Amino acid sequence: MAQSAAVGTQQQYNYAIIKKFSIMALVWGVLGMAAGLYAALELAYPFLNFNIPEITFGRLRPVHTTLVIFGFGGSALFATSYYVVQRTCQARLYGEGLANFTFWGWQLSVGLGALSYMFGITQSREYAEFEWPIDILITLTWVAYFWVYVQTLRARSQPHIYVANWFYISFILATAILHIFNNLAIPVNLFSLKSYSLFSGVQDAMTQWWYGHNAVGFFLTAAFLGMMYYFVPKQAGRPVYSYRLSIIHFWALAFLYMWVGAHHLHWTALPDWTSTLAATFSVMLLLPSWGGMINGIMTLSGAWHKLRTDPIMLFMITALSFYGMSTFEGPLMSLKSVNALSHYTDWTIGHVHSGALGWVALISFGSLYHMVPRLYDTKLWSLRLVYAHFFLATIGIVLYITAMWVAGIGQGLLLRAFDDQFGTLAYTFIETVTFLHKPYVVRALGGAFFVSGIVLMAINIAMTIRQAKVEQAAIEAKIASKMARA
Amino acid sequence: MSFFKHESIEINAGLLIALTMVVISIGGLVEIVPLFYIKDTIEKVEGVRPYSPLELRGRDIYQREGCYLCHSQMIRPFRDEMLRYGHYSLAAESQYDHPFQWGSKRTGPDLARVGGKYSNEWHVAHMINPRDVVPESIMPSYPWLMENELQYADVADRMRALKKAGVPYSETREEYQANVEKFGQEAADKLNILAAEQYLVAEAQAGNFDGDRSRLTEMDALVAYLQVLGTMVDFSQYEEGHFVEFR
Repeated sequence: MAQSAAVGTQQQYNYAIIKKFSIMALVWGVLGMAAGLYAALELAYPFLNFNIPEITFGRLRPVHTTLVIFGFGGSALFATSYYVVQRTCQARLYGEGLANFTFWGWQLSVGLGALSYMFGITQSREYAEFEWPIDILITLTWVAYFWVYVQTLRARSQPHIYVANWFYISFILATAILHIFNNLAIPVNLFSLKSYSLFSGVQDAMTQWWYGHNAVGFFLTAAFLGMMYYFVPKQAGRPVYSYRLSIIHFWALAFLYMWVGAHHLHWTALPDWTSTLAATFSVMLLLPSWGGMINGIMTLSGAWHKLRTDPIMLFMITALSFYGMSTFEGPLMSLKSVNALSHYTDWTIGHVHSGALGWVALISFGSLYHMVPRLYDTKLWSLRLVYAHFFLATIGIVLYITAMWVAGIGQGLLLRAFDDQFGTLAYTFIETVTFLHKPYVVRALGGAFFVSGIVLMAINIAMTIRQAKVEQAAIEAKIASKMARA
Repeated sequence: MSFFKHESIEINAGLLIALTMVVISIGGLVEIVPLFYIKDTIEKVEGVRPYSPLELRGRDIYQREGCYLCHSQMIRPFRDEMLRYGHYSLAAESQYDHPFQWGSKRTGPDLARVGGKYSNEWHVAHMINPRDVVPESIMPSYPWLMENELQYADVADRMRALKKAGVPYSETREEYQANVEKFGQEAADKLNILAAEQYLVAEAQAGNFDGDRSRLTEMDALVAYLQVLGTMVDFSQYEEGHFVEFR
């Protein structure tokens, strides 16, 4: 592709599609996290269900997970992957129309999915609640995404495919496999939105958690590592710490993750051999996970002083720290003896959020703060707001996960306590529910902190875009007046 | 030539994609595929049958309301769980569950053996307002279950879809006979797709699950489902430790 030197990056690359995805990431982020906060409040104060079917906890919870994982996370991934693939390949994104199709297909899937759960239309598979027509739309969108991405890679003007792209590619491939096999279902009839999954019982459980954990592994980890591998070095102004480490941890991560799903099914009717295998691989997974964390954090070596002056860098390094922490906690919880206590409790919820808020959301925030001003050829409207966002988010996460440790470990211990004298159960189930109230209030408070943080971000980004338009108009006016004088 | 240079993958998109596919496929293949072929995965056990049309509609409502997000249906082999809920769950007990409803979180108690533990009246009162019977409960109220008429016009289609997925509902004489042999006459009648609607109405009338015979409500179906959970296997038939060999 011949590009004259005079043509700026704005013309060289397809930024329009990235802008759209970035804005939608924030829209879904605000909505999805607000839905999560409301669901958290419902658990603390059940009157908030208001006897309205559409917003009861059971229907709202999938709305929350779908909007944050697929709406916020997914849109952030589309945006950053389209940015990274163009910048690292120095090639314009393939297929204008096809790229636009991925945008509308994805937004429609997320929006329709969330609405459908409120009306009780769900497959009741966690993080795969979309009913079959939406599943088909997602599949089409995903094939288009794969094609756009690969064709752009093939048009690269660099011989090497940069490491960030490996992670994005593995995420696209793995998500395709997981989505298709986990959603094999038989619709009641062509005009019914209801379907029944093809598998049943133990095989169905295994398929679902193979999906469920790899939605974490590839959607929420590998892809965000791709994000990390581009934006952390860019923001730090330093090369990746170790190229060799990135190679090793990429292949190890891609191989090991697919084995660990069954640790969600310890002590269930799943055969022991499967869950033992999953626990073993979960422990091994600590190594590539920490390889990635070390590679990211050490990229800052020689530039640590940036943490004092650059709030975006703070987001990224804190994200990597939470990544390291939750990928340590994960293998711990996958040990059968620990899992016996932690499973079915809020410890799991806390663990998910230390990953989802601490890692996924913070690295996305950092990357978006880095990318959006560049897309619009301007500077961030307010760095102080970025600081405020950072502290709100971090305090929110700490409140959230500590509350869930208390809730989860506490409930786990109460449920297995026995009367010393008679050997009977020391507590009824409902007594453990009463115990959960205070941690649930603190968790909601943590959520409120986190939501207010992303609201600040939305304001900051909106003002940044506005500012860019004003600047653009000023330049155009200047050019026009010069032209008029000449 | 040194054996292999990673660079050859880094400069070839096709190779990168192919190798990634290989690497990410292995784990799932090794862990999932054998579950369909190893015979001991599902225990040999008497009594487990597919859901009756009414129970099936109840199960649909259970899914619709997202009950699985706070209630598990999978009892683990621990002393406290045995005391609280009963014998640990067998794979056989959810062999007709499309999809499985094992759950992953217990904000409320496990429901795998809730069948028969409470009266129908208790369930109805509990669904309408949980705090009327358990003051500390944080479960949402589901008063609309009592108000909504149960839709069952497509129940035969639902059973046909499940049949395609492998659930032995019967449509022909031979299939019905096979069910009589496998599950007994009484159960086989419940699994007959051709008489599904009549059977559903009859079961709701006979069971009177919502306490109001004049109407067939969603509550009828949901309570019918809850009352059958965990009741199909008679554990007194088996020696203690019988199921350990399947684990």
